[in-house]
Amino acid sequence: MAQLILNHLTKDFGGGRPAVADVSLALRKQAFLALLGPSGCGKTTVLRMIAGFEQPTDGSISYGERRLSDAERALPPEKRNMAMVFQSYALWPHMTVAENVGYPLKVRGISGAAWQKLVGEALSLVKLTELAERRPAALSGGQRQRVALARCLVTQPDVVLLDEPLANLDQHLRKSMEETFRAFHERSGATMVYVTHDQAEAMALATDVAVMSEGRLLQVAPPAEIYARPEGRVVGGLIGRGSILRLPVAESGQRQLGWPVLREALGSRDAIGATGGLPADVPLTDVLVRPEYVHRGTDGLLMRVMSCVFEGERFALDLALGDGQRLKAFSSVAIAEGQAVPFVIASGWRL
Amino acid sequence: MTRADEIARSRRASAPVESDAEGGSGFKLLEPPRRFLSRARRSGPLRFLFGGGEAAESRPPQTTPAKLPGELTRALRGVELPAMPHLTEGDSLKARSPGGGRGGRWFAFRWRKRRVSSGGEPAWLLPFVLCAVLLLSVLPLARLTGAGFSGLVEGQAARLIFEPATFAALRNTLVTATGGMVVSLLLGSLFAFAMALTDIRGKLILSFAFMLPMMIPPQVTALAWVEMSGPASPLLKPLGLAPPLGSPQPLYSLSGIALLLGVQHAPLVFLALKAGLAASPRDGIEAARLSGAGPFRVFRDIVLPLAFPGLIAGGAIAFVSGIGNFGIPAILGIPAGIETLPTLIFSRLASFGAATFGEIALISTLIAAISAAGLIVQQRALQGRDYRLIGHSGARAAFALGRLRIALEALLWLALALVLVAPLLALIASSLVPAYGVPLNFKTVSLSAYGEILFRQSITLTALKNSAFLASAAALGLLVVTVPAAYLLTRRKGALANLIAILIEVPYALPGIVLAVAFILTFAAPLPVVGVSLYGTIWIILVAYFSSFLAVSLKPVMSAFLQMDPSLEEAARLAGAGFFRRMRDVLLPLIAPAAGASIILVLLIAANELTVSALLWSAGTQTLGVAIFNLDDSGSSDLASALSVLVVVLVIALMAALEFFAKYLPEGVLPWRN
Repeated sequence: MAQLILNHLTKDFGGGRPAVADVSLALRKQAFLALLGPSGCGKTTVLRMIAGFEQPTDGSISYGERRLSDAERALPPEKRNMAMVFQSYALWPHMTVAENVGYPLKVRGISGAAWQKLVGEALSLVKLTELAERRPAALSGGQRQRVALARCLVTQPDVVLLDEPLANLDQHLRKSMEETFRAFHERSGATMVYVTHDQAEAMALATDVAVMSEGRLLQVAPPAEIYARPEGRVVGGLIGRGSILRLPVAESGQRQLGWPVLREALGSRDAIGATGGLPADVPLTDVLVRPEYVHRGTDGLLMRVMSCVFEGERFALDLALGDGQRLKAFSSVAIAEGQAVPFVIASGWRL
Repeated sequence: MTRADEIARSRRASAPVESDAEGGSGFKLLEPPRRFLSRARRSGPLRFLFGGGEAAESRPPQTTPAKLPGELTRALRGVELPAMPHLTEGDSLKARSPGGGRGGRWFAFRWRKRRVSSGGEPAWLLPFVLCAVLLLSVLPLARLTGAGFSGLVEGQAARLIFEPATFAALRNTLVTATGGMVVSLLLGSLFAFAMALTDIRGKLILSFAFMLPMMIPPQVTALAWVEMSGPASPLLKPLGLAPPLGSPQPLYSLSGIALLLGVQHAPLVFLALKAGLAASPRDGIEAARLSGAGPFRVFRDIVLPLAFPGLIAGGAIAFVSGIGNFGIPAILGIPAGIETLPTLIFSRLASFGAATFGEIALISTLIAAISAAGLIVQQRALQGRDYRLIGHSGARAAFALGRLRIALEALLWLALALVLVAPLLALIASSLVPAYGVPLNFKTVSLSAYGEILFRQSITLTALKNSAFLASAAALGLLVVTVPAAYLLTRRKGALANLIAILIEVPYALPGIVLAVAFILTFAAPLPVVGVSLYGTIWIILVAYFSSFLAVSLKPVMSAFLQMDPSLEEAARLAGAGFFRRMRDVLLPLIAPAAGASIILVLLIAANELTVSALLWSAGTQTLGVAIFNLDDSGSSDLASALSVLVVVLVIALMAALEFFAKYLPEGVLPWRN
């Protein structure tokens, strides 16, 4: 059952390429969508259109049967019952933590004991009860973040929007905030849209990941699926740290390629590389190879180790194929640079 | 794959197969595809309770619910939020029915033309600001242009142009303004370069003191200098340097006027230059020095090119201010029979005749034209000057002067002593002598002049009262216009916003005398509906102040809005707050310090204003500026001095109040701060 529906959403600020072009998505209630993409890909514009700060130039946004925005009309943000965690947190500096959190309640006319109770509960959820009377200026980054989150959960918003909420926090805080977000999502049952350029964050949190690039929506899928079966070069390159090889693989229904197929393709390519000229019958296609599927094996092809960098839990290898294409791999032991070692590619994914 | 259940456009299905069933009209249809609508079933109340069964059911089986911390699983029970009033059916924007039909679609297409702004500003905001600007800026200026034009065409006033008196006034105006500009450039650039580029000490106090002449009303400056340099000077006389009694006052001359105009407007050059020099960052200069350039080369090759536009702009604005200045030529020129264009308007208005309106309109138009030329030069100089990118480090350039530092500091303090301290001391001294010409010593010192103006003279008391009323009414009343205008201008871009911004600037940029004439012409006739004339009442002065200080009041509020994170307002909108609500709860508290600064700045300028009120006052509506002028004119120089001292004290007090506020204010509001 779809709840939040973006229908051919387009936003053109009037500068050549539209910022968002023809994005269609339907999110069921309780979905946690991560909008992932490089900066400038239009993901924040999509978020701001959902919130109502921007009006689409074409297409529409609906929530259930309610039309929120289209090119002619837009329900103002204050009437949408949404909440948002801004990248800058947007805490009002002249109000205390409790006043910040309780402001949406105040606007809805709740005061007195009921207000106290709801604000107190929201603050205790983010473990900020002792700081209720402080001003935002006296808080650390992580605490401000939690105030912003508490302000979102104090009312029961239909949709919660998060605009790179962890961008300004350090690594350690991110982990604990991710945990808080996940718990918040479980508890509130709100539809959540989370904009980020950090794919690890997106994978860890979301039930669905949407990848955007240059204003277009490229793919939407659950994290595991988008990792295993990305569509197209851009998504393949954005998600994970795989390598994309150009290989002559015969067209077939099969997109998951095993070592025999890959070995044949690599071998023929080597042979062609030696004689020059390409066979006309087998076109080159993009094959995504994840580094975790590349390992040493006696039945492998010789590849030259171009670099070997220790990353803590393992070594990251940069391998060169016979025709010069590069391939990433992991190894548990160091391999001297310049050495040619046989490697097996256990699995590849045709993009 | 039940989750993102409808990805209408994946890569594989991306070709837009938009049905062209409308007969290839070519219009992009806004109707959503039917399959969306068929699925968008009515699902009961939009609001759902936490942990509701419906939600649990719709959760796809493959997600294993994460382990929740105990307290997070506790639902907020007990208090049920009231439904938001906007969630009622009638108010919601319903999805349009799929069977819209052709006519409906045409309607939809035509609707697109007038797109509702999603900026969240209420509909009345733009008309309100436009009306205010039209009334305060466009109407009087249009009236002036019209009167000047018709005066020229009808010929009655046209002969005025060819009168020798007009020629002489024009020549005097140009000569004094040019001379003043040169003095301003010398003084202003000395201080600006020293302040921005060197490591001298006490920059804040120096720059505060240097800005004072601009804040002190010109007639007070003129009076102070006259007291200092005349034969009766209480400062020069004990030193034996005073000119012999009976000799002419040396300042009652063209060069005297030019010198004082220069002192008065040097802070303008200082400000313009400093803004330009702020763009020459320390690392740029250090890079030049590492490239092998000595300090002098660096100054010539790096600093001067960066400062040059500021120099031109500062010179132009000093020239324009000199053209329009009334207080200095009125005090120094009228006794010597030297007329400038502003004093010519004043004396024509005093000897009111049949053709007066045409004449003063014509002279004002002349002043406005010269000023406009100067302002265009200033705009040109500042155009395309955007060196902000180089200024990344933000650190100011500093030449370490070494032993020269003490010499430069001495020079700056000496200059201040000459142009500021000495005249003010003379002013204080002459306010303390019992009568003109009596030497000042411990026996003769008396406070009788202060007692006279504060307790006995009804004229000065009325003037104090009028100025207090006018200044505070203008300062507070203007906020009613400038807060909405600033809100509008920060949120709107485009031609209309630019036009409003320019219309707000123009009355402030034009010399006050031009504005005063424009208001006389606009309000001399009775008002159309009520049939009452504002002319001769205090209200015409107030309206003119509104127009004149609109830009002064706008600037701090505008920079507060510009520096505010827009997401603060957006967060309030998502919290459900409508326009007035978020104005009251979020925006106004945040801009309050800037609004306070705006009030004090307008108070400061309006309380001392002379030019506008000199033309618009009548019996009972005189202002402080007019009172000082009249007292001096009637020979009571001790009373004029005493009143001037009070005005200077008031100015310094208000500036100190602003300085006290400084840390709460947005950047760039206080001109004497960096």
